[in-house]
Amino acid sequence: MPGIAVGLPSETLSLAYLAAGVLFILGLRDMTHPRTARRGNLISATGMAVAVGITILWFEILSPLVLFAALLVGAGIGTWLAVTVDTTDMPQLVGLFNGFGGGASALVAGAELIDLLGPSASAALPVETTTAAAITGLIGAVTFWGSVVAAGKLQGALKDPIRYSGENVLKLAVLVVAVVAGASLVAQNQLFGVLPAAEWVPSYWVVVAAASVLGVLLVIPIGGADMPVVIALLNACSGLAAATTGFALDNSVLIIAGTLVGASGVILTVIMCRSMNRTLTNVLFSGYGATDSSDEDSSDIYEGNVMSTSPEEVAMLLDIARRVVVVPGYGMAVGQAQHAVAELATLLEANDVEVVFGIHPVAGRMPGHMNVLLAEANVSYEQMQELEAVNPTFSETDVVIVTGANDVVNPTALSGEASPIAGMPVLHVWDAQTVIVNKRSLSPGYSDIPNPLFTNDNTYMLFGDAREAMQALVKAYKEGH
Amino acid sequence: MAFIENLTLFVLAGFVGYEIITKIPATLHTPLISGTNAISGITLIGSVVVAGSGHSTLATGLGFLAVVMATVNVVGGYLVSHRMLRSFRQRGD
Repeated sequence: MPGIAVGLPSETLSLAYLAAGVLFILGLRDMTHPRTARRGNLISATGMAVAVGITILWFEILSPLVLFAALLVGAGIGTWLAVTVDTTDMPQLVGLFNGFGGGASALVAGAELIDLLGPSASAALPVETTTAAAITGLIGAVTFWGSVVAAGKLQGALKDPIRYSGENVLKLAVLVVAVVAGASLVAQNQLFGVLPAAEWVPSYWVVVAAASVLGVLLVIPIGGADMPVVIALLNACSGLAAATTGFALDNSVLIIAGTLVGASGVILTVIMCRSMNRTLTNVLFSGYGATDSSDEDSSDIYEGNVMSTSPEEVAMLLDIARRVVVVPGYGMAVGQAQHAVAELATLLEANDVEVVFGIHPVAGRMPGHMNVLLAEANVSYEQMQELEAVNPTFSETDVVIVTGANDVVNPTALSGEASPIAGMPVLHVWDAQTVIVNKRSLSPGYSDIPNPLFTNDNTYMLFGDAREAMQALVKAYKEGH
Repeated sequence: MAFIENLTLFVLAGFVGYEIITKIPATLHTPLISGTNAISGITLIGSVVVAGSGHSTLATGLGFLAVVMATVNVVGGYLVSHRMLRSFRQRGD
């Protein structure tokens, strides 16, 4: 049903979709370096404009008012959210946007089924179409509700993981309902006679309803520090939902773009899991530290073995330092200490001290969280180093400042085989001359295990909120110069 | 036959995605997630067709909602990525 573009050769639509697909690929390729990344984002947005533009021109729009009202409303909400959000709230916004993509895919597949089956609900659809639609409904609804819960967790609305006995059985039961309804949709037998045949294709919406419950159940038991994995996984799901919608609609650019996103999310998920030395099933289906954590031991090992320090003493250490590595963690984000940390780095560099930021892949609540915060605080990307790059340099480092991080600098990961973090790649900060750990208290991190780093001879604790401590440090350092 | 063609696209795009994404540095992982989110809003073109076709009130209503959600995803996603990427700068910039 060609619309305005009725005079154009029929290949135009496919060619425009091909161009859009190429632009997405070129845009992603430019994301391989911070220097070109912004251009890449613009190229990718151009691809989107091409794909959407040709679609509006090509297809017969019988209700233009509905369509343009929806586009305006969506663009308005999207712009408003993107422009007004604080940098610190970006993880939850990105999570929420992700869910919207998945949700839209689920709605489109449902609307397409209604359109294809028609009022009589008797037309037979190809198995490929119904299968793709069922999968889209499943993945899309899981993505939407999973993202909403994840965003709520990141916002702090749902702080504690919600766990209960038999949770995996419940998830399995809900999944079975979704799969049975999906099978019924594919077989087009209206849920084996239980549901009536109707214009609104009831079996599809049973899939969506069950998947919605599943999405919520999957994410509520997961703790905050596992959020990087969840966000990456939901990212993959939103892409796959778009790709399966492409199968249902027979649309090339949906498949190409959706698959690119799916690949990206899957790769990030793998990287995040590897950085925690955990499997995906372990993250999703078993609580972290569910193995007995020995609380008594944790206070015992600290007893009389921990040395605390003051901002003034640290400033004196920094006076004679040649190389300083800052290791930020989620505590820096919570305390919004990135600006104070960046100011300290600038002051040190002005005095010819080499300053590097050592960033663990899972530090924070989403992949690359620390980097975005530091970039916003004017830290150059050359100063942000990945774990593999920074680890060999600790032995040549005079002072390491750990702020708001705990598990990612825990030496137990290397030695204790029974520990929940055993085998996790960590930053070897203890190789440095002196380690300053800024933390509010000696309380354990997310893994709920003590950190023997705090008792080392070359470790000094700088107790306090990340921002207050870093601001005090900046002040003390300034006074000495 | 259409299914096989679609599958071909899916598999090839998967390989292209793998080759490119594995080269993206950890520093850019947040903008990557937000940028790819925006790309997954490509489902917008499906929404546009469904919302605009006006075959049934129900399908149009669902299409309307889908267009709103997908547009939020696309516009918001690209803008947030742009905001984040704007702050990534070289030393001395």
